[in-house]
Amino acid sequence: MKQDQIKRRTLLRAAAVTALGSLVPGLSARQMPEAAPEDPTKVPGTPVGRLGTRSPFEQPQKKASDISARSPLQDFYGIITPSDLHFERSHNGVPRIDPQKYELLIHGMVERPMVFTLKDLKRFPALSRIAFIECSGNFRSGKTTMTPQEICGLTSQSEWTGVMLSTLFREVGVSPKATWFLAEGSDAAVMTRSIPVRKGWEDAMIAYAQNGEAIRPEQGYPARLFLPGWEGNTNVKWIRRIELSDQPFMTREETSKYTETIKDGKIRQFSFDMDARSIITYPSYPQTVEKGWIEIRGLAWSGRGKITSVEVSTDAGKHWHVATLQEPVLDKAHTAFRYGWYWDGQNTEIMSRAVDDTGYTQPTLQQLVNARGTDMGGYHLNPVTAWIIQRDGTVLFKPEKFR
Amino acid sequence: MRWNLVNCRRVNISVLPCLLVIIICCNRPPERFSFGRPATQREIDSVNISITPDGKGLPPGVGHVAEGKALFIAKCAPCHGPTGTEVPQYRLVATPNDTTHAKAIGNYWPYATTLYDYIRRAMPFNAPGSLSNVEVYHLTAFLLYSNQLIDSNRVISARTLPNIVMPARKWYVNDDRHGGNEVR
Ligand code: HEC
Repeated sequence: MKQDQIKRRTLLRAAAVTALGSLVPGLSARQMPEAAPEDPTKVPGTPVGRLGTRSPFEQPQKKASDISARSPLQDFYGIITPSDLHFERSHNGVPRIDPQKYELLIHGMVERPMVFTLKDLKRFPALSRIAFIECSGNFRSGKTTMTPQEICGLTSQSEWTGVMLSTLFREVGVSPKATWFLAEGSDAAVMTRSIPVRKGWEDAMIAYAQNGEAIRPEQGYPARLFLPGWEGNTNVKWIRRIELSDQPFMTREETSKYTETIKDGKIRQFSFDMDARSIITYPSYPQTVEKGWIEIRGLAWSGRGKITSVEVSTDAGKHWHVATLQEPVLDKAHTAFRYGWYWDGQNTEIMSRAVDDTGYTQPTLQQLVNARGTDMGGYHLNPVTAWIIQRDGTVLFKPEKFR
Repeated sequence: MRWNLVNCRRVNISVLPCLLVIIICCNRPPERFSFGRPATQREIDSVNISITPDGKGLPPGVGHVAEGKALFIAKCAPCHGPTGTEVPQYRLVATPNDTTHAKAIGNYWPYATTLYDYIRRAMPFNAPGSLSNVEVYHLTAFLLYSNQLIDSNRVISARTLPNIVMPARKWYVNDDRHGGNEVR
């Protein structure tokens, strides 16, 4: 086993060196903050600059593995993920694409196959929408010393701006007989997913901006597919081609991967919607708390609509209380919640569960196991997440065994 | 004087909705903007590498298991192991009596065409897009053979590949959840 792991690491490192470059640039350059002056009113401050900076006392970071980097959910305030902390998952690195040379081809079952430059895309009516994107393989467990970032940091939220795909569909004259389209990226994985045309007409977007600036390379610069509420992988980044068809293409990422085993040996495919979910981000590991009033805080979201309520339990699930939702409560969007709690200093467990406007309630891991079997795959797991509060004020994740 | 005022009002009231209608009409986006340019067949063909399960899009050429084996040892084994079983995370082979619970081509992939498509677009990982169409056929043949899905003398081509029955195919179901008060 150990040898296998070494082997894997070695091959990945080889792959990384050849294809990805250094996987975690900047991490080694993590600096200690310069000492602040004794009295900041007695020395001139830093002059104005061309780019804003984060206070050196704040060092939120993504947590990178070989294939992905997770958002530090525990460090967030409000609902927008700072663009440089947006989670990352790619299948063979981040490509460097010249915006002058960028083109999007739309062809297949259309009246007029067309090519759009980035400039063309920006001439169309622009829309903005705040919504989350979440990787469907977003649940880790196994030990008590895990942060929200480590458990489910593959979700982030931005304001995305772009042209609605329906506008482009009209432009090319999509055939009424087309039922699926292939979205293809121009990365080294030439990522492809088949998407029902219905989603294209409904609310799909070709996004070229994120949080007020051009989309970041890690998120698909210069343009990506954005499918509100749908599993991250379908939001094909660096999109170069859309092919309309009357059948799905059954690419590797919708068969070998991004499918989940459920009961009776069945394998579920095209699980697009991200199920409602929530997590308490404060208090969470490795934070510590003191006896007295604690504002429990967290994030809730659903790929099917709006969050209608979040319930919080402070006694290991025996009783549930309605948390306050922070406006704005948006469709298919991270929603902040809070619940004021007086902690009496005794051992306990706290947890949250989200309810969305379809009436779906976030399940426990046990409910998921009961529904899908012990062989259930790792995709689309959205269990209630519990934190153990110990008498000394330390907070630990409560891992549950399911395999 | 009085009459005038009334008349004025009447005119205003009747013209206003008309004006509104005109304003709304002129602001409605057109059906087409005529941005972008028509794509030529040549440029479509140069990037259209997709393949459907019925074999549409498969290029000409034939693949043989023996040639595929040699290519695999040279170009794929460094990462996947000489038989495609040695690296658990990137295991490519799972035969029907496999006991490792690994999900691989033989026991999890529903379509053989996917194998051709994926190798051509993404492998080898460190040199994607470097294989010729025929090399991809050879490798596809070798991997199907290694997973005990074809005999060693079977030739793989646009004609034969879509007909290969993948054992896992029968297990696939579409997601039919729509939210609501149920866990599935
Ligand atoms: C540098 C290392 C490397 C080399 C060389 C390499 N691969 Fe891969 N292969 C990978 C990695 C990494 C993945 C997983 C990629 C991902 O998940 O996005 C993979 C995945 C695959 C898969 C999909 C497996 C599955 O179950 O989904 C196939 C098939 C495959 N490789 C075939 C090949 C073939 C054929 C060759 C030789 C032409 C090859 N590989 C060479 C690293 C490599």
